[in-house]
Amino acid sequence: MTKVSEKKLNKLIFFSNLISYTLTLIVLFLYFSFILVLGFKPNYFHSFIENTYITYGIFSGLFIIIISIFLTLIYVILSNFFLDKLKD
Amino acid sequence: MIKILYFFFFSLIFPSLALATESDSRNFAGIIFGIFVLVTLLITYFASKKNINKSNYYAAGGKISGFQNGLAIAGDYMSAASFLGISGLVFFSGFDGLIYSIGFLVGWPIILFLIAEKLKNLGKYTFADVTSTRLTQSKIRILSASGTLVTVIFYLIAQMVGAGSLIQILFGLPYYYAIWIVGFLMIIYVSFGGMIATTWVQIIKAILLIFGATILAIMVLNEYSFSISELLRNASLVHPDKSAILYPGKLITDPISALSLGVALIFGTAGLPHILMRFFTVPDAKSSRISAFYATTFIGYFYILTFIIGFGAIVFLTNNSSYLDESNNLIGSNNMAAIHLAHTLGGDIFLGFISAVAFATILAVVSGLTLAGASAIGRDLYVYVLKKEKINEKKEILVSKISSVLIGIIAIILGIIFKGQNVAFMVGLAFAVAASTNFPILYLTISWKKLTTNGALYGGFIGLFSAIILVILGPMVWVETLGFEKPIFPYKYPGLFSMVISFISIITISLIDKKNKNEEMFHKLVKKSHLGRT
Repeated sequence: MTKVSEKKLNKLIFFSNLISYTLTLIVLFLYFSFILVLGFKPNYFHSFIENTYITYGIFSGLFIIIISIFLTLIYVILSNFFLDKLKD
Repeated sequence: MIKILYFFFFSLIFPSLALATESDSRNFAGIIFGIFVLVTLLITYFASKKNINKSNYYAAGGKISGFQNGLAIAGDYMSAASFLGISGLVFFSGFDGLIYSIGFLVGWPIILFLIAEKLKNLGKYTFADVTSTRLTQSKIRILSASGTLVTVIFYLIAQMVGAGSLIQILFGLPYYYAIWIVGFLMIIYVSFGGMIATTWVQIIKAILLIFGATILAIMVLNEYSFSISELLRNASLVHPDKSAILYPGKLITDPISALSLGVALIFGTAGLPHILMRFFTVPDAKSSRISAFYATTFIGYFYILTFIIGFGAIVFLTNNSSYLDESNNLIGSNNMAAIHLAHTLGGDIFLGFISAVAFATILAVVSGLTLAGASAIGRDLYVYVLKKEKINEKKEILVSKISSVLIGIIAIILGIIFKGQNVAFMVGLAFAVAASTNFPILYLTISWKKLTTNGALYGGFIGLFSAIILVILGPMVWVETLGFEKPIFPYKYPGLFSMVISFISIITISLIDKKNKNEEMFHKLVKKSHLGRT
C-alpha cells in the first residue's frame, strides 16, 4: 500500500470515469432505443429475420441481454488489467 | 432456545406436508423442500454461533467470495415473480414478457459500472454508511432508513401474498399456513443466522433455480433440435394470437409509460437496499466488481431461460386439456405455466422438484429483504439517530435481531390482510421509491461535489413522497383498488416523473443551501471511492 501521487490519482479517476460512463451510456442507449421503438414504431419489430421465425423484436431483446453480459465482462477486463494497475 | 424453536418448527412443517396430499409430486416436493430447510437451518445454527459481532451479522464478516456473492445476488434478485410471473407473461402474450426481463436485467451493468465498487470502498454494512460519509449522520440516516423500509415493506407484502397463493396451489397448504411457514422460517434465518445464513440460503436457492430452469429449457429445446426459430414457429401456430406473439403487443401502449417503466426498473434495481447490502459481504472492491459481473451473467442467462420456458409452455400447454379449466384458462392462473410445463415434460418427480425450488426461491428473497429492513432499524435508526452512536456492539446486534423478528411479524400480518388483493402495484412502488430516493442520494453522494445534507434530506423525501403519491393517484390504485372512474395521474409507473422530481429537488435545495457544502470532504471521498483508502 504505497501512497499514490496526485497525478496518478487524477489519471486513475479520469480513466475510471471514462470507462464507467462510456459503458453506461452504451447500455442506456441500447435499452432506451429499444423502449422508444416499442413506444413509437413497434412495426419495426414485426418483420422476420430471413428464413427464420425470429422477429427483429425478439432478436433485439435477446441481443440486449447478451450484450449487457458482454459489456460487464469488458468492464471487468479493463478494470482488472488496466485500472487496478494504476492503484499501486 | 434454538432447540425449542427447531422442535416447534419441525412439528409445524412435517405433519402439514404429510397431510397436504398423497400425490407423488407433492410428496417429492415435500422431501426436496424438507432437505433444503434442514440444510439451511443447519447453516443457520452454525452461523448463529458466529453472530457475536456486527461484521458477521450484517456482512458475513466480508468473507464471501466474488463468485459466491454473484450467486447470492442472483438468488436475492430472481424472485418467484420473475420465474413464474415472467414465464407466465410470455405464455400469455409472448414477446411482451421479454420487455420485463430486459428491464430487470439492464439495471445490472449500470450497478457494476457506477456503484458496486464504490459502495464497497466507502461503506461497511448498509448503503446509509456511504451517504453519511460526507453528510450529517443523523439526518441522512433517517432518510436512508425511510427509503429502505418503504422499499422493503412493499416488496415484502408483494412477496408474501404471492407466496401464500403459490404455496396453496403447489403444496395444497392453506394460505395462512403458507404465510406462517414463510414468515417463521425467514425470522429464524435472519435473526439467528444474520447475513451468513441469508447468503447461503440465497446461494443454494440460486443454484437450484438455475439448475431447474436449465433442465426445463433444455427439455423444451430438445423437442425442436435446439432451434429457437422452430420453437417460435410452433408456438405461433398454436397460440390464439398466432404470430402476433412474436412482436410487441398490448403491454406498451404509449411511449411515456414505456420510458417510465424502463427508468423505474433500471434505477430502481440500483437502489434496492437488500441488493446494495450484498456488496458489503465481499473482502474488497475487486470482489465486489466480480460479484456484479457474475450476478449479471446468471440473471441474464436466467431471463433467457424464462423466455424459452414461456414459449415452451405455449406449445405444450395451449391445447393440453389436462392443464386447462372449463373456460380454457390455465389451471391456477398463467403464473403456473412453468409449473405445468415441468409436469408435462418431466413428470411428477420434476414437478415436485420445481415446486420445491419455487418455495425455496420465496424464502431466499424475503430473507434478504428482512435483513435489509432490520439493519435499517437496528443500525441506521437505533444506533445513529436514537442513541447517537453511544451504544455497544452487542446491543446493536440485539436490536437488529429484534427488528428482524418485528419485520417478520409485520410481513405475516400484512400478508394475511392483503390476501386475495391485487398487489402487483406494490412491486412497482418499491422500484419507484428505490429509483426516486435511494438511488439519487447514493449516486449524488459519490459523484456530485455540491450536494448538501439538506439537499439530500428534503430532496430525497420529496422523491419518496412523489413516488408514493403518484402511484396512489395512478390507474393501479386510484382506479383498480379505490374504484374511482378515472386516474388523476395517467401513468401506471411513475418512475420517470418521481425520479426527475427527486433529482431536481436535491440539486436545487443543495444549490440554495450552499453554506453547508464540504468540498474537501468530497475530494477525500472520491479518492477513497477509487482506492479503498485515503
